[in-house]
Formats: sequence, C-alpha cells, structure tokens
Amino acid sequence: MMEQAVAAFVQEARDLLTGLEDQILELEGGSTPGQIDEVFRILHTVKGSGGMFGYTDLAKFTHCFENAFELVRSGTLAVGPDLIELSLEARDLMVEFLDIGSDGPDSAALLASDRSAKLMARIEEITGGSGNALAPGAAEGAGGPAAGPAPMTRFEITFRPHKDALRNGMRPELLVRELEDLGETDIGFDLSQTPALSALEPGDACLGWHVDVMSDCGRSAIDDVFIFADEAALTISEEVLEPAAETGGSDLADAGSPAAGAKPAAPSQSPAAGRASESIRVASSRMDAMMDSLGELVIAQARLDAVSDSIGDTNLASVVEEVQRLVTGLRDATLSIRLLPIETVFSKFRRVVRDLSKELGKDVQLVAEGGDTEVDKTVIDRIGDPLAHLVRNAIDHGLETGEQRSAAGKNPRGTVRMSARQEGSEVLISVEDNGRGLDRDAIRAKAIEKGLLDEATDLSESEYYNLIFQPGFSTAAQLSSVSGRGVGMDAVRSMIDALGGSVDVVSRPGLGSRITLRLPVTMAIIEGLRVRLGESIYVIPLSTVEECVEMSAADMESRSGRMVLQIRDQMVPYLALDEIFGQPHSGQETRRVVIVRINGNEIGLVVDDIIGQGQTVIKSLSPYHRDIPGLGGATILGDGRVALILDVATLVRLALKRGGPTLSKAA
Amino acid sequence: MPKTVLTIDDSKAVRDMVAFTLEPQGFAVIGAENGAAGLDALRARRPDMVITDLNMPVMNGLDFIANARSDPAGMGIPIVMLTTESAPDMKQKGKAAGATGWMDKPFDADRLIAVTRKLMG
Repeated sequence: MMEQAVAAFVQEARDLLTGLEDQILELEGGSTPGQIDEVFRILHTVKGSGGMFGYTDLAKFTHCFENAFELVRSGTLAVGPDLIELSLEARDLMVEFLDIGSDGPDSAALLASDRSAKLMARIEEITGGSGNALAPGAAEGAGGPAAGPAPMTRFEITFRPHKDALRNGMRPELLVRELEDLGETDIGFDLSQTPALSALEPGDACLGWHVDVMSDCGRSAIDDVFIFADEAALTISEEVLEPAAETGGSDLADAGSPAAGAKPAAPSQSPAAGRASESIRVASSRMDAMMDSLGELVIAQARLDAVSDSIGDTNLASVVEEVQRLVTGLRDATLSIRLLPIETVFSKFRRVVRDLSKELGKDVQLVAEGGDTEVDKTVIDRIGDPLAHLVRNAIDHGLETGEQRSAAGKNPRGTVRMSARQEGSEVLISVEDNGRGLDRDAIRAKAIEKGLLDEATDLSESEYYNLIFQPGFSTAAQLSSVSGRGVGMDAVRSMIDALGGSVDVVSRPGLGSRITLRLPVTMAIIEGLRVRLGESIYVIPLSTVEECVEMSAADMESRSGRMVLQIRDQMVPYLALDEIFGQPHSGQETRRVVIVRINGNEIGLVVDDIIGQGQTVIKSLSPYHRDIPGLGGATILGDGRVALILDVATLVRLALKRGGPTLSKAA
Repeated sequence: MPKTVLTIDDSKAVRDMVAFTLEPQGFAVIGAENGAAGLDALRARRPDMVITDLNMPVMNGLDFIANARSDPAGMGIPIVMLTTESAPDMKQKGKAAGATGWMDKPFDADRLIAVTRKLMG
C-alpha cells in the first residue's frame, strides 16, 4: 500500500518539478501573483508530500526555497535574476533527490553536499535568513503544547455555532470535551437564541456556549480546538495569570489557524491541474501491444477482403465492408492515442536556450509556435536530440554577438523560433534564427578542404546549404564547448532519416536561417504505393511519391548508362531497383518509373509494375536485414505475403552519389 | 464496527496516503476519484466522515459538498476539504457549501489523525 503511495508521490513530484521549471522560467519575463502562487504551491507540495512519503531530505532542502517564495508572495522579497538562477539550480537538485530515492545515506549525502549547502546558503543570503530559524515542517505543526510551557492563562471563550453547523457535521460537544482536556474548565450555556419548543427545528444548532479554561497550553492550542469554527461565531479573550519563565514563541501565529489563512491571494485554480486530471497514464508497452494487435487486425482485414472478393457473395461483402469501416475507425482512434502535443518537447528548450545564452553571453529570446501540433510518441521520444543540436547551432553559430548585431543595425537580442505545424500526413518542425545566415563561401571553402567538393564544381544555393549535412562538416572556425561535440548535422540528418523524415535548409545572408524537419505524423501505419519487381512486391511510402511515368526498354538503352531521365524540362537520375537489390532483370518491354522526392531531391525508381496503394502496417526488419541499405521495414500483404518497404532517403542519396557531378551539370 | 472515512481525491497518492495513515488507527478507509464517484460511495457505503479534495474532474469538491449536504447520507457527517494554502477564498466557499472544516494540503500524518479524531470523537 505504502509503496504504491510513494510511487505515486514520486511520479506526481516529477510532474510538479517539470511544471516548476516552466513556471520559474516564466518569472523571467515578469511575474504575476498567480505565477508566484503557483511556484509556491509546487514547492509547498513537494516539501509537504516529501515529508509525508519519506523524502525528508528533499523536504528539508525544498524548505528554504519555499520560504523564499513565501516572502515573494507576501511582497517582502522581489523576484530577481539571482533568485531565478538559484531556483532553477535548486529544482535540478530536487529532481536528483527524487532520482536517489527516499531517505537514506545517499539522500543525506546529497543534502550534506557542497552543492546543496551552497544553494541553501545563497538562498538564505537572499532571504536574509528570515524564517529559516523555523525547523522544516514546524510551520505545519499542529501547534500543540509541546512548544514549551506558556504562561498560565485564563481563556474566556464564547462560541455560538451557526444554525447549519450540526447539518454540516460540526459537533460542539466534542469541542467542549477537547477544551476540558486542556485544563480546568467552567462551562455554561447561552440559551438566548433558543426558540420555543413549538418552533424548534431539530436539525438547527441553537445553543451557545461559554467556556472558561485555565491552562498553560498557550493560545495556539485553543485556536487549534476551533480550527474549523467560524471566526464570527467565536470570541476568545485571554488573561495571563502568572508570567512563565520563558516568554516568546507562544505568540507565533500558527499557520493552521483560520485567521492566519485569510491572506488575500489570486484564485489559483490552475488550468493545468484541470487538464492533467482529464488524462490517464498508460505504460507505453501496453500501447505498443495494442498497436501490434491493430496491425495484425488491419492485415487480417485485408485478407478477409481478398477472400470475400474471390467468393463474390453479396451478404459476405456487406459484412466485410462494415468490418472494414470499423477497423478504420479503430485504427484512427488508436493512432490518435499515440499522438502527443509537441509542446512537451518544446518546453524543454526554454531552459536550454536560457542556459546557453548565458553561457555564450548572447541575449536570446526563444519563441515557440504551434506547440499543440500533435505527433507520434516515437517522434516525441526521438526528436529531442536533433532539435537540441539545431537549437545549439542556431545560438552558437547562427546568432551574432550583441555588438555584432547592433553594428549590423539589428536588435541586439537574437531570436530563435521553434515552430511546428501539420501539413497533410506530415508534421513540419522548424528551428529558425535571425542571425547571420549560412555563409555560402565558407561552406564551399570548407567542402573543398574536406574533399567533399572539387574546385571546378559549382552548386546551386540549396545544394551548398545541404553540404552542411555531410559527415564531418563543421563551419565554426573554432569548436566551442557548446556545439560541435563530434556529432554534426550529419547526425541530425541520420536521426531524422531513421524517423522516416527529411531535412530542409533555407538561409538568407544577414537575415538568418531556417532548418525544417519534415516528419510523418504517425510511424506505425503509412499510406504506401505497392510496386512489383519480378515476383516480389515492394512498398514505397506514398508521402514521398511525386508521380509515375513509363519508360521503354529502348529508352533505357539510348541513355547508354547515364541513368538520367528527362521529365518535362528536368533531368532526373534514376535507380533500377532490380539492380540495387540484386534481382534478375525481368526483360520487360515497358517499365514504370516512380518519381520520389525527399529533402528537395527527385529521383526515379524503376520497377516492373505498379499494383496500387493502401494502408501499410510497418514491421521492423530482423537484425540480419536491418543493415541492408535501401530497406526501411517490412509489411504483410492481404494475401499473407511479405513485402519490403523502401527507405527512400537512402536510395535518393545513393542515386545522387552515382549521378555525382554529371547530375549537377545536367540540372 | 470501525468508523469509515471516505477520501475523495483525483490523486491516488493522496488517497493512498489517507488510507495508509488512518487504517492503522482503526479507521476503515474507502476512496473515490472525483465528486460524482464520491456521492455514489457516500450513498452506498454511508461513511462516518468524508475528506475531499476541491479541484477534481467530473465533479469538484464544492459541488460534492453541496450535493452531499442535501442527501440523507451526507447530512450531519463531518466533511473536511483539503485545500492548498494558495486558495483561502475556497475555504470560505467550502464552508458556505456546508463543509465542516478544512485541512491544508499537503498535510502531515499526525495532523490528519488529529483532525479525524477531533471530528469523529
């Protein structure tokens, strides 16, 4: 039981700390009382729940930051860059506490570590040490008499419960009994509000009480008895009978009393909390299992279709049609479960950009747009690294320093814009900066130096830009610690390729550059074009297909191995797939060429025949086949045969490499 | 026959916490994840006390309290709401709706036990 509660606490705390990072970052742009409340609430919850669930070290560490924001909330302390900086560092440490686990030698070590001590010392510097004298958790204490002997006092209490008090679960006699436990009491009734018997409503509370208590329990213990009572109905006067040896302490307002709780603050029914409660968490393995079954179902349904067609029974056909409709609905619903807003990825970059701009001494503003665009979970999981690389590049290489920007007549503050939008079955995610733009001449020089290009060759603008994706390419004269850690843009491209996407660069000298990632919305089922090559069937992702043309054997001959095809006024290189996959040439008179386009490059794929298009459930290849270039996966056809899915990005690169300089001349 | 406490909260961690804290003290604890489920449990199980969160999906704590107070099963039993400190105005609204009292969130175990004993005697 307790383990489950602790696990739930850890999960909730993680979510809270993720939210905390966002909230703190938002404070940088100016704070509203609502935001401060939210930060405070999160720290308060982490501290309080931490204490409840055996994360006392975490609670102790969190306490001084909660305290700081309590001061901010009360207007005693202003939010400054120092506080934000410290809070962010503290938040990271809190996550570490969660990682370590509940109280033990490890968490104690972390609490005692220099890092913790320094952070706590610095925050106390800011808060002026106020309030820190309180032991952690003492503010929530029940305020019992344990705090030490208070002077012997006579408390005169009058208490008149509200008419509805009994209906509302209040039991005045319990309160009186509690007072009796505190000291010597003298109890009387106030019957002045009691109606005549005929008018008496049994559910109404109509008795008033006078209670005198002689006790050394302190005022807070008396207040504690009446924590749930209306202030309006209660008066407590006190008369100190003999001074206690020690004064002080007893006057501390306890946080639990109704009076202390009546601080004005903005209502904070955060919309985030409402949103969170409308969703459920499911282990992704369960979702994968569901996806697998769905894939099988789609395949089975295709077989059913085929069988029904061959039987030709109208009753069967109508049932099959119905099943098909249901399967399609189920498929769409299931796929949509896998979709998550890209905001979850974007939000992480606020911190990255902030830290990086500090590190590099550049003033950078991050603008994120289209965070509600939904993409497949697989994409969400794997897009972080490539995006991080692009954002780092944009800040490190793309944006100029403040002085350079001012000199160029630009706003000294640079902007990095991350945006996402859906276009058909693809999601476009772009990272854009308004910096200096890509330097075509520097790229050219570098490419020649690296042997990626020969002196004589000239390329088009976009071809130059695409060179930055070549392995080992880096234009920064000096490698900084930020970007250029051995992984270059080529790593970005290969990661995007692996997701079945493509990368595109646009750049304007002096105005900035934009790199756009084009990714399929869903990774599990694609729309595919089925083609035949000899006896085998292959599937080409339909999103890459531009058009299909015919080519006669004579046509092929006449090109005498140049492997280029004229489509209207454009020369397009082509690959004969049978040659690529080592299949015997079919010798067919007229063949088909599927023109595909990826990363702005078009090539033709020569096949024997085009069969049709349809839903394709992607199955991964076995480890033995995974490394074959040009294959992206496999699928099962309606008749039970296996078809291979082409990896178009790799094939395009292969064709361009072959076409080489000839191609660029021709184009 | 142990006294029964109904805890209504959309956070399982909080429900578990309440159960874990009160069960060793001899109380029976039942849970519900929102106000509507809470009303069902209230009518079916007739708890001796209710501890309810305020901000919940489907039916929030205030609506739960108002509904409970107009139901025979909820009349006269203590209903304590769990509030965050940042929502003091909610305490007033809660009292107006018929709550017996409130506890600040997060709460510690001793406080929860003390409040539960205080209200049920």
